Amino acid sequence: MFAVQASPIDVSVVREAVGRPGAGAVLVFEGVARDNFDGRPVLGLDYEAYAEMAVPQMEAIAAELATRWPGARVAMVHRTGSLEIGEASVVIAVSAPHRVEAYEASRFAIDALKARVPVWKKERYADGAAWKANAESPTTGVEAP
Amino acid sequence: MKIHVRHFAVLREQRGCELEEVEVAPGTTAAALYDLLFPPGLEGQLPVLFAVNQAYVARAAVLVEGDEVAFIPPLGGG
Repeated sequence: MFAVQASPIDVSVVREAVGRPGAGAVLVFEGVARDNFDGRPVLGLDYEAYAEMAVPQMEAIAAELATRWPGARVAMVHRTGSLEIGEASVVIAVSAPHRVEAYEASRFAIDALKARVPVWKKERYADGAAWKANAESPTTGVEAP
Repeated sequence: MKIHVRHFAVLREQRGCELEEVEVAPGTTAAALYDLLFPPGLEGQLPVLFAVNQAYVARAAVLVEGDEVAFIPPLGGG
């Protein structure tokens, strides 16, 4: 399951997508809208995605993950639109034969998503708003793979 | 030749639209189209990645008739 959606993410649906008899561990990661950025109050977040490209990028991350951690499976759903504080912006479920691979693969999946999947975030403040980039996002002069 | 350009996030706001059709000469690269639509001025350009037909490409990728191009500003997903 790989999706970009405007409606709230149902965590149980994402988790169900990676269930399999060979899995000994399932991890569900939720990225959640936080109420501040380095102490500055944030009222809410607006997410925008290039959906037709974001889903194939998620699928490519999943293929790479399955190669690096044999037997692991991943599902990812990213939210778009206006989020209130506390709502999940992204949900990533990983299943793997053992917990070590599950933890490693889960970390890989969220880091890769932040670096490659075309999604953008705007923070809303009491006195304005600003687009915020991930530290993982490639910077000037970097060409995509 | 005609190129379809999709704009997102800060670039969408700067350009004032989500989609535009641009006529360019054969041989035009993704980076050249970016310079055309977002000229490097005194404030400088935003660093972007380049996508053609929903896949990342090198900045020197040569465009062809009917391509869908997007300039990918710094990502904020997650």
